[in-house]
Amino acid sequence: MVTLKDVLTRVEGELLTPGTSLDGLCPKVFASDLMSDVLKSAEPGSLLLTGLANVHVIRTCSLADMAAVVFVQGKRPDPASIEQARANGLPLIATRLPMFEACSRLVFLFGDVPHGR
Amino acid sequence: MAGRAVFRQEFSVKGGDFAKAGAVACRIKELLKELGFDGQTVRRAAIASYEAEMNVIMYAWEARMKLAVKPDEIRITVDDKGPGIPDIELAMTEGYSTATPEMRELGFGAGMGLPNIKKNSDAFRIDSAVGRGTRLEITIHLNGHRA
Repeated sequence: MVTLKDVLTRVEGELLTPGTSLDGLCPKVFASDLMSDVLKSAEPGSLLLTGLANVHVIRTCSLADMAAVVFVQGKRPDPASIEQARANGLPLIATRLPMFEACSRLVFLFGDVPHGR
Repeated sequence: MAGRAVFRQEFSVKGGDFAKAGAVACRIKELLKELGFDGQTVRRAAIASYEAEMNVIMYAWEARMKLAVKPDEIRITVDDKGPGIPDIELAMTEGYSTATPEMRELGFGAGMGLPNIKKNSDAFRIDSAVGRGTRLEITIHLNGHRA
């Protein structure tokens, strides 16, 4: 099973929320910039990859029980949003990789694990 | 027939207040967790509440949201004052949206809110009067789904 620590390494990411645990398992991945899609289709416990970096991403992921968020393409939310995620125990990771590259690297990491849609 | 409410709480939501979007849904989620409901039930109620709250913020002027927990169901009602929905059947169609580009930039307004509320409910009722407002009634049956 893939841990968030594995994800952080694979996407060459930076943890934006020190103190949140990276030992958690994430069985599935969901990639979208549309929070409506996350609310409708993402399974609880999934890792979200997104290029959208606002407070609504944090609220959506907290409400929908997502495991963590990877912000791609160098995007990062503002300090207040990061603090809200930290308070909610939602790990945030930032990577400079573009969405396609980040997803490609995670495909190798997740291997045969069934992915999110 | 549903039993008497054993827990009730009311919240107000202001149209256009994007800064506080999700605050009511977060509170409803916290309350239901504290009341000991299982994760799936809490998640369904949280998502339905959030979609409903976002609809008020995006389209209405103000609303009262009410949470009522009964022995056999969770009921969330949303009464908004707003422009109302002229064609409910059309509004319930996945992908139909009257959202502005600004709403879409925030990641919402894809025309999936109302269908997703219905998806996360066991019973869903919507009534609307153009120029006056919309009322949603979201019910989740418990069937013994306590943690």
